[in-house]
Amino acid sequence: MSDADSVTTPPSPPPAKPPWHDLARGRVARPGEWLVEKGIFAVSLTAIVMILLIFVFVGREALPILLGQADSAAARVQRILPPEDVDRMTPSELRAALGLSRRKFAARSLEEQKAALKEIYAVRAEADRNGAEAIPDKDSEVNTVGWRYLIRPHQWTGYSRPEFIWQPVSQIQKFNVVPLLVGSLKVTLVAVLFALPLALGAALYVSQFASRRLRAWIKPAIEMLAGIPSVVLGFFALFVLAAALESVFAFQSRLNAFVAGIALGVAIIPVIFALAEEALSAVPRGYLEGALAVGASRWQAAWGVALPAAWPGVFAAVVLGFGRALGETMIVLMASGNAAILSWSLFDSSRTVTATIAAELGEVVFGGHHYRVLFLLGTLVLAVSFVANLVADGVMNRLRRRLASSS
Amino acid sequence: MPTTDLSNPSAATRRSPSGEADAPNHPLIEIERLSLCYGQMRALQNITLNIPERLVTAFIGPSGCGKSTLLRCLNRLNDLVENARIEGTVRIGGCDIYGPGVDVIELRKRVGMVFQKANPFPKSIYENVAYGLRLRGMRARGIVDEIVERSLRSAALWDEVKDRLHASALGLSGGQQQRLCIARAIATRPEILLMDEPASALDPVATSKIEDLILALKQEFTLVMVTHNMQQAARISDYTAFLNQGELIEFNTTSQLFTNPSRRQTEDYVTGRFG
Repeated sequence: MSDADSVTTPPSPPPAKPPWHDLARGRVARPGEWLVEKGIFAVSLTAIVMILLIFVFVGREALPILLGQADSAAARVQRILPPEDVDRMTPSELRAALGLSRRKFAARSLEEQKAALKEIYAVRAEADRNGAEAIPDKDSEVNTVGWRYLIRPHQWTGYSRPEFIWQPVSQIQKFNVVPLLVGSLKVTLVAVLFALPLALGAALYVSQFASRRLRAWIKPAIEMLAGIPSVVLGFFALFVLAAALESVFAFQSRLNAFVAGIALGVAIIPVIFALAEEALSAVPRGYLEGALAVGASRWQAAWGVALPAAWPGVFAAVVLGFGRALGETMIVLMASGNAAILSWSLFDSSRTVTATIAAELGEVVFGGHHYRVLFLLGTLVLAVSFVANLVADGVMNRLRRRLASSS
Repeated sequence: MPTTDLSNPSAATRRSPSGEADAPNHPLIEIERLSLCYGQMRALQNITLNIPERLVTAFIGPSGCGKSTLLRCLNRLNDLVENARIEGTVRIGGCDIYGPGVDVIELRKRVGMVFQKANPFPKSIYENVAYGLRLRGMRARGIVDEIVERSLRSAALWDEVKDRLHASALGLSGGQQQRLCIARAIATRPEILLMDEPASALDPVATSKIEDLILALKQEFTLVMVTHNMQQAARISDYTAFLNQGELIEFNTTSQLFTNPSRRQTEDYVTGRFG
């Protein structure tokens, strides 16, 4: 009996330990760490939130045009009421007709407001009488921000045939975006075609041929190109490159899509290089050794085995480079000549979508039609760059996984 | 190849054997006082060894003993390693392959290699085998087809892939990939075939297929293989070299080395006391 006692109740109880159910304290155990972790998580989310917000806010401004609700013709025809009708207006109608906020409306008496509105109508009537003497323009009936006029040619008054015209500052604003899209496309294509062979050649050399010491020099040097401010590159293009190319090709216009494209190409070389080099370096060493072991030269191994294996990466690099070139603004603003004319010739001055936004957005009427069209263009550039980034990222990820599994 | 002639090895192979090791007849590859350093690390020390023609020679030894490095000296694949320095000479058919003016590309065309890990290119099965032929400018469809088929048959792979020659080689199993690499290596008819643990990543069935293949290839090629599997060396090689810590401990006929080793270290290794 005493034996059993000594087992169940030990003579001297050990110092009190915390009971086991204390383990289930959850996040309360380390509140500081928990808080920090959630904090960093929130920070990492900001990028996603930012992209979302940009999409929402840029897109929102363009929405009336996207939905076809904006009508420039309606805005041009102004309402005029006789003074008796103004006298009969309720205060809320009066406020709406004047377009005032409640506070500003309340700042003066009702009578004063009615007098102001009558004054406005009198001025408008006067303006209409003067305008009637001018040549009547059939285009004043046109809703120039309708889709048809944004993307299809139209024979404007004074033109001999239907044309694509971007002329946002004029009596009748003309918002045809095709010249800008063509301008962007031209410059971007020149940039990609110029940058691709150079960047790919450099990537091939650095990943397949260069000794380690040489690679340690070349790679940062090319990547440093990405750090040059685009305004500096634009400046360089404007003075040095344009003059040099003009003396070679004898352009009509000194600043043109070709000059801007070459300068832009310099700017996207590091982008294409970085991705292509990564893809080529990820090609398993076994491929190279296997090729050399059957008697391939270094060049044959690089060109015939490494490059095909890394091909999706090169594709991704081009797509990303294209996206960057399309979104780049400063260089094209400075070097493309900025003439919003529709021309497929590389040697004509041209104007890109981004340059247009940069040059004009500062001077538009807030909330006006011009403003909304510029935001529409912005949304377009944003969407295309976003898709390009997405595609490049997806392709690279698949390639990384594939090469990793076979190395 | 301005200064050396690799194309006429027959005269040289008849030279009398030399070297400390128990020299076999008709050495095709003569390695003399070969040392190799990777930077400060000495991977091979003073190795002298003669490898006979049309037989299987195996290099065995514990991991990191330098057997793969030695193998890669024979087709100068170590040239890829930037800080590798080599002393001594390696003669194949009497020609010093590290001599001045040696065309490494031509050398590798005659000394084929199969790697530890199967490394088929991400191309079709057909294109993998035809790769070496294409490098030699062989374009005629009929001839290439014929050589591809013959090589795949020699590699005992033809029956398994003949219906999907143009499918990706990466869809093959590990053993099939390795046999495909062997087919790729023999398609160009090298004289010497180096094999770096060709069966180490394979299951027993695939391994036995590779071993049968090696025994069959012996008729045409001089085979040098690295293996960490002593049973494998015992089964298929005619000569065996035992290396430890970058040094050649013993080189002898396989039966001698396994049954009656002259060095204590060799005995310990082959009986499984270390390694």
